[in-house]
Amino acid sequence: MSILVNKNTKVLCQGFTGKQGTFHSEQALAYGTKMVGGVTPGKGSLVHLGLPVFNTMRDAVRETGANASVIYVPPAFAADSILEACDAGIDLIICITEGIPVLDMLNVKAALKANGTKLIGPNCPGVITPDECKIGIMPGSIHLRGKVGIVSRSGTLTYEAVHQTTALKLGQSTCVGIGGDPIKGLNFIECLQMFEADSETEAIIMVGEIGGSDEEAAAEFIKSNVTKPVAAYIAGQTAPAGKRMGHAGAIISGGSGKAVDKIRALELAGAVVASSPAGLGEAVLAAISNKK
Amino acid sequence: MNLHEYQAKTLLQKYGIPVPRGQVIAVAKETVAVTTEIASDGWVVKAQVHAGGRGKAGGVKVVKSAKEAQIVASELLGKTLVTYQNAPDGQPVNQVLIEETLPIARELYLSMLVDRTLERVVVIASSAGGMDIEEIAQTSPEKILEEICDPLNGLVDFQARNLAFKLDLAGDQISAFTKILKGLYRLFKENDLALLEINPLVVTTDGKLFALDCKMSIDDNALYRQKSLAEQRDWSQEDSKEAIAHHAGLNYIALNGNIGCMVNGAGLAMATMDLIKLHGGTPANFLDVGGGATAETVTKAFKIILADNNVKAILVNIFGGIMRCDIIAEGIITAVKDVGMQIPVIVRLEGTNVDLGKQMLQTSGLNIISANDLTDAAVQAVKAVAV
Repeated sequence: MSILVNKNTKVLCQGFTGKQGTFHSEQALAYGTKMVGGVTPGKGSLVHLGLPVFNTMRDAVRETGANASVIYVPPAFAADSILEACDAGIDLIICITEGIPVLDMLNVKAALKANGTKLIGPNCPGVITPDECKIGIMPGSIHLRGKVGIVSRSGTLTYEAVHQTTALKLGQSTCVGIGGDPIKGLNFIECLQMFEADSETEAIIMVGEIGGSDEEAAAEFIKSNVTKPVAAYIAGQTAPAGKRMGHAGAIISGGSGKAVDKIRALELAGAVVASSPAGLGEAVLAAISNKK
Repeated sequence: MNLHEYQAKTLLQKYGIPVPRGQVIAVAKETVAVTTEIASDGWVVKAQVHAGGRGKAGGVKVVKSAKEAQIVASELLGKTLVTYQNAPDGQPVNQVLIEETLPIARELYLSMLVDRTLERVVVIASSAGGMDIEEIAQTSPEKILEEICDPLNGLVDFQARNLAFKLDLAGDQISAFTKILKGLYRLFKENDLALLEINPLVVTTDGKLFALDCKMSIDDNALYRQKSLAEQRDWSQEDSKEAIAHHAGLNYIALNGNIGCMVNGAGLAMATMDLIKLHGGTPANFLDVGGGATAETVTKAFKIILADNNVKAILVNIFGGIMRCDIIAEGIITAVKDVGMQIPVIVRLEGTNVDLGKQMLQTSGLNIISANDLTDAAVQAVKAVAV
């Protein structure tokens, strides 16, 4: 098993014929992802990368039976794309786009909730179940199918966690990049819940960063709901207050969102928190042996 | 992006929210025209900088005569105002706002922001105006009132009344407050604000409401559709290196250390800073070069890092991902040559073709140290600046 995506996931790409959409769809196809087509308004009836292009998501879903969609459209159009996928009945939407206005995301979230649609991102690398399905911009080659579930707010730190668990031959069940925006789809808690329920996942790595209080909420959740070993890392211990550190959501404001508070909360919840991003692999090994 | 008080107040007026009569000036001698036009018993001269704590730092002064107004204006203009929020560097005062004084009976607090947990716009109000909201939260949390706005209905009248009555407003003030709040909500939405704070919102002795001070920041992600606001950005209020980096399309934040950092990805960039600290060094900056890391972006990034004279070594940390390490190595080598690098560059590469990439760096004949891994990179960088 795995979570969210597997070899049966049928994936559409929104922004399919664009530069990003084309490049990453090629990579996904090469990895073995079951891509079934894409959408670019006005280019319907074209064939791109050997797959059908549609004008609308409704047409695309009806013709292909897709249940997931990945979005590579510019930020000004991305909220519209999420809503279109939601309307077309897609179960899982993955939005890679960075830079969507916050107020747009508030409306999008309300619509997703009403439809029961899952969203990963925006501003994220995507989701991968090694050897089965890669949706997003992560390099497939660093992954190894295995037993660690990874959930992270940062793209490149997800790759670090993957790299280290691959080197230790632990491998990954599924890796979810939930994204660096303040208003986003799936959160730590929802991913932790899925990993806890997944029979293949034996341990969990969560990578957080400064800003907001999602890590503290996740720590509370771990305390009472997660029996599997959890290792964590929080980026931004040296970040100054009041400055946005690259990610829209990575900001310490009014004294909240500090790394030190998140680390303390996770440690109190029994997670092994790595002091260095290089220590994620060792931390998950320690978490596993602690639980034994 | 932040607005100045005078810019924010122009927006408030556009949405029918009462503000004191005032005028912004950049030259002290213009004070005369302003004090003549705005007849008042006294005036407030307010330094326009993007920082709180102006009053305590001497940036806001009440004056009784036109002559005094001009003296204060000439003292403030051209000065660097250092407040507890922007210390130690401070920010330049290029404009002052001159406003009429009002007879104040009460000071209230009002703000709007996007709550990340609730995923809603939230209105916060308090009868303890004039204080920092963090301070109110600490000393008298019971005085913090909150209304959550539904995205569909927005802020509705009853919510404004809920707040108005709890703030002990009465009579005409209830409808005046409701009108203000609804105007603010419309302003917040139509201008893509991330934060709007009116502190204080005053009740005058004759019972009228005025926004006495105002802070606004705009969602950076929405600037593409808020062009007229984006044009009002005052770069003089921002760190000059950060401003240059912004214009070069790089995500850079200046810090106080001596190890420059160039990293791909915001999370890894923060983690690299932490790692330097963990091994006894201090990072000079945060810099995310993004996924590309081409010779062109690396060159630009090096130039910005080197503009900081404190930098004694540069740590480059790139997780190649889909991009091949040999191409990245080539980019770094080209950039090191282009900028005529005088200080050591420590490079940690990971990803596809990493061995080839490392070999290219080692045999380049340049002052480049190819690190074995993440920890080794930090250790080498700290060692390089210790010499």
